[in-house]
Amino acid sequence: MTFLLQHLNYVAVIILMMLGLFVTFSSGNLIKRMIGLAIFQTSTGLFFISLGKVQGGTAAITISPASPEAKALAAQIDPVTLAQAGVNGVVYSNPLPHVLILTAIVVGVATLAVGLAIAVRIREAYGSVEAADIAARDRVSLPGQPAEPLV
Amino acid sequence: MTFDPNLTLNFILLAMLVIVAGFVAATRSLLAAIILMSVYSLVSAIWLVVMDAADVAFTEAVVGAGVSTIILLGAILLTRGEVQKPKLSKLIFPAIAAVISGGLLIYAAMDLPGFGDPASPANAYVGHSYLVSTPNEIGTPNIVTAVLSSYRGFDTLGETVVVFAAGIGVALLLGFGERAATAAPQPLDPSGDHNVVLRVAARLLIPLIALFAFYVQFHGDLGPGGGFQAGVILSVAVILHALVFGLRETMRALKPGFVRAIAALGVLLYAGVGIVCLTNGGAFLDYDFLFDRDTVDAIPSGLLGDPDAIHHWGQHFGIFFIELGVLFTVAATMVTIFYAFAGRAPDAQKEAR
Amino acid sequence: MIDLFDIIGGGLVVFGALLSIIGALGVLRFPDVYTRIHAASITDTGGATLILLGLCLIAGWSMETLKLIIAWFLLLLTTPVAAHALGNAAFSAGHTPWIGTFRIMKGEKK
Repeated sequence: MTFLLQHLNYVAVIILMMLGLFVTFSSGNLIKRMIGLAIFQTSTGLFFISLGKVQGGTAAITISPASPEAKALAAQIDPVTLAQAGVNGVVYSNPLPHVLILTAIVVGVATLAVGLAIAVRIREAYGSVEAADIAARDRVSLPGQPAEPLV
Repeated sequence: MTFDPNLTLNFILLAMLVIVAGFVAATRSLLAAIILMSVYSLVSAIWLVVMDAADVAFTEAVVGAGVSTIILLGAILLTRGEVQKPKLSKLIFPAIAAVISGGLLIYAAMDLPGFGDPASPANAYVGHSYLVSTPNEIGTPNIVTAVLSSYRGFDTLGETVVVFAAGIGVALLLGFGERAATAAPQPLDPSGDHNVVLRVAARLLIPLIALFAFYVQFHGDLGPGGGFQAGVILSVAVILHALVFGLRETMRALKPGFVRAIAALGVLLYAGVGIVCLTNGGAFLDYDFLFDRDTVDAIPSGLLGDPDAIHHWGQHFGIFFIELGVLFTVAATMVTIFYAFAGRAPDAQKEAR
Repeated sequence: MIDLFDIIGGGLVVFGALLSIIGALGVLRFPDVYTRIHAASITDTGGATLILLGLCLIAGWSMETLKLIIAWFLLLLTTPVAAHALGNAAFSAGHTPWIGTFRIMKGEKK
């Protein structure tokens, strides 16, 4: 039971990741595909943050060990963990995944915008953002000649 | 086994995330999918707070629920169309692929260290050493900011350049939105002005949002926050102005060329700090070499409060300047992206008529 | 010894959460946009106000209370505007209110 609870987070994150993958694979609509990619991307972030959580830890902002918050936190953790993982008597969660994912989220929205911009240009050139329509147009138009709009 | 409220909340929120993502996958309406993505981001922001990742939660709430929703809405305005009804045969292969790779990943995940394990390799070595050394070497209370801008400053420079490059890419694809600035003003609605309430509220809110962005920026080494979050919040103030008062008005106040220049200035400022460190004899972005001895002595010792404490002035000012560079680039890039998408809207409206 | 303020504050938070659930139920069950906005406003105003008030009582006199009050002020400023914009947009898009005389005027209901 404990083993299951300890790994349930990873299972949930993998389910999210596979939902994103499924949307990306199955949908013919380019915008929907970008949404699927966004789910996939955030799920990786959730995975990293899950790994960086320390049981009984607090956010990685230094607090004085003499403050009441620090004492209340320390009272909830067993002394062995506190001595092993604590820094000056306070247990913090791992800050490194937070740094990586923080920047990844902002970069993610910027790259999402690039993908959507390409989709907009495809719509202007082909008259559709459905992968099937685009492929059909490509088969009809001869290579080297500008494509005529479908609509 | 004792009841752990945080763990329970964690599972409830994860279940909500899976349900929302499932509905995103199932819905055929793109608008519904986008609104659900906004909900997804908000729920994951709450989950991140439970996971002690306050900085990330902040970013996710602003980016996921705010800016990315607006960009996605802009994209469906420009592309239109609904998701076609997929053939069942087209769904079988992706479903099988997802189930198989998901199963393999879950099988592999069972070998990962348990959730919350303080002794896991991820938590015990490099993460822990940052926690130990930050108070002595950097001196900022927020360790995430210290790692982001000092220990891994080179990495963050790369991220900033990627954001800048993405902004340039969108502008190259869609233009800088000049067409909206030159397009004829929207004809007035004959049934009267419906947006009085919005305009009054926006006049109150926009200064508050901008002020909050600067609070987040300059409070970033003490609490959650920093250049990335502040940049996105600042761009939200501009986007709100454009949504309520019209893109033309916003572009008159904040010219696209000026925004572009600010985006480049941010990257320059960031890299410039690194160059100054280089010329002073240190490594690239090693802020301890930002100032020479005389400059450090000239800084009043009570500048950051307690005059007796040992301050790492190079680190403090280095982080200050590079966070400012991040703010400039992120805010200006988000505004450029918004201008690019919104500037295309007149074309789409013309086509629809 | 548990503080009296903690008990009252906790009770207010639970009551606010219940109001939010009722609001969510209303959004799901009500027939059209306008009645749903009406239901959602319970979560915005009643639910959020009670939860923030409860948290203020638990936090006591501190910086947290000030921040909660600012958050409450911003909620009061933004949520009615959002509801107004939503209702305005729905009406402009041609949604007829289910309650009232609009449907009779349009001949949809006798």
